[in-house]
Amino acid sequence: MATSLWATRAASYLRINVPCRGFATVLNDLKYADSHEWVRVEGKSATVGITDHAQDHLGEVVYVELPEEGSKVEQGASFGAVESVKATSDVNSPVSGKVVEVNKKLSDSPGLVNSSPYEDGWIIKVELEGDSDLPCLMDPERYTKFCEEEDSH
Amino acid sequence: MTASQARNAGLPIINLLRLKGMPILQQLHLEERLLRTSSENWCIINDGTTRPTIVMGVSGKAKELLETDAVLRDEIPVIRRFTGGGTVIVDQGTIFITFICNKDAISGLQSYPRPIMSWSSLIYKNIFQGIGEFSLRENDYVIGNHKFGGNAQSITKNRWVHHTSFLWDYEVSNMGYLKMPTRVPEYRQARNHVEFICRLKEYMSRSVFIDGTMDAVAAYFALRSPDVDDMQNPSSQFEPSSRILTRQELGEEASMELVGTVSQTSYMAAISSTFPTSKVA
Repeated sequence: MATSLWATRAASYLRINVPCRGFATVLNDLKYADSHEWVRVEGKSATVGITDHAQDHLGEVVYVELPEEGSKVEQGASFGAVESVKATSDVNSPVSGKVVEVNKKLSDSPGLVNSSPYEDGWIIKVELEGDSDLPCLMDPERYTKFCEEEDSH
Repeated sequence: MTASQARNAGLPIINLLRLKGMPILQQLHLEERLLRTSSENWCIINDGTTRPTIVMGVSGKAKELLETDAVLRDEIPVIRRFTGGGTVIVDQGTIFITFICNKDAISGLQSYPRPIMSWSSLIYKNIFQGIGEFSLRENDYVIGNHKFGGNAQSITKNRWVHHTSFLWDYEVSNMGYLKMPTRVPEYRQARNHVEFICRLKEYMSRSVFIDGTMDAVAAYFALRSPDVDDMQNPSSQFEPSSRILTRQELGEEASMELVGTVSQTSYMAAISSTFPTSKVA
């Protein structure tokens, strides 16, 4: 019980929500798209990547196709792809805006998407444009439930 | 089964497109366009392609995967396709089977690489019952421990494509253009290409394989012959990404560029004649 309480407090401090049935990690300060991308919004800037659930289901990522810096992204539309297990899988933007930075480390170390999907494995940074519909994105609890429902089928 | 009978039976409809000898670049362009611009399910069977052609996955590096001197000398076209996965060399002895589906076409199937491959392996397993020891082994289709088909996929938000090039027959000399890849499955056990692969013709005829595939697909879908109009989308601005690599991309030295200008032109002209409806890089 004490260990469980410690783990819960540690998880809260680290902004981690770990569902008790051991599903993929979901962070509390992010928003989530139903195509399994996350976004961290800070003012007019946003950072985008794929979730722990996505990287777990995709398998080892061996290549990341990145967009050009300066290109536009549109909410819900594909901006790049990851390659894993003989498949390319689209990565879709949860927000609309302009790509101001891409994670160049992913060219040499695509596995960062697997090992650190919410930190070192970020994919693009975006300067937001006014028409991003953030309320349509899922909060952590709703996304956790969404993943559970998907995996139960 | 008519469309209305299929709906009554609860089976989704799939357009069955039978082709023979379509150039592989043209097939890849068709597949990518149907993936991105169609909302219907498709099964494409292309019985053999034209000239021997090397097809690399989206992230393939020619210098690492190919004997580029021989490829350049013999003017073998090299295509980078839009799906992931490894490198194959295809020719008249290759049978191509492709599924392009909506993500909800197969009940309970999650559109991730491994579930899709598990589903497709059920299709092919049916064909080999009592004939050979078929299995999906470390993401390869094998008979025993010999690979006989290379498969790859592309997954979008709401659709996926899974395509396979089956080695019904092959030329041993063509395998000499391919290097041993750096990433190989464990079951390969350092075998070279010829020791690692096998010919489907040792197990069944082309027609038995193709007919068996269509019978297996019919357990999941109602087959329909598509209208030509279903394959056209004149309003689409879609540009496919699969393309032929240039001689420079295959590693021809820049110092040879002046001398090679004529050879580059004649190289592209030679392979363009085999891909009449395709743009070349």
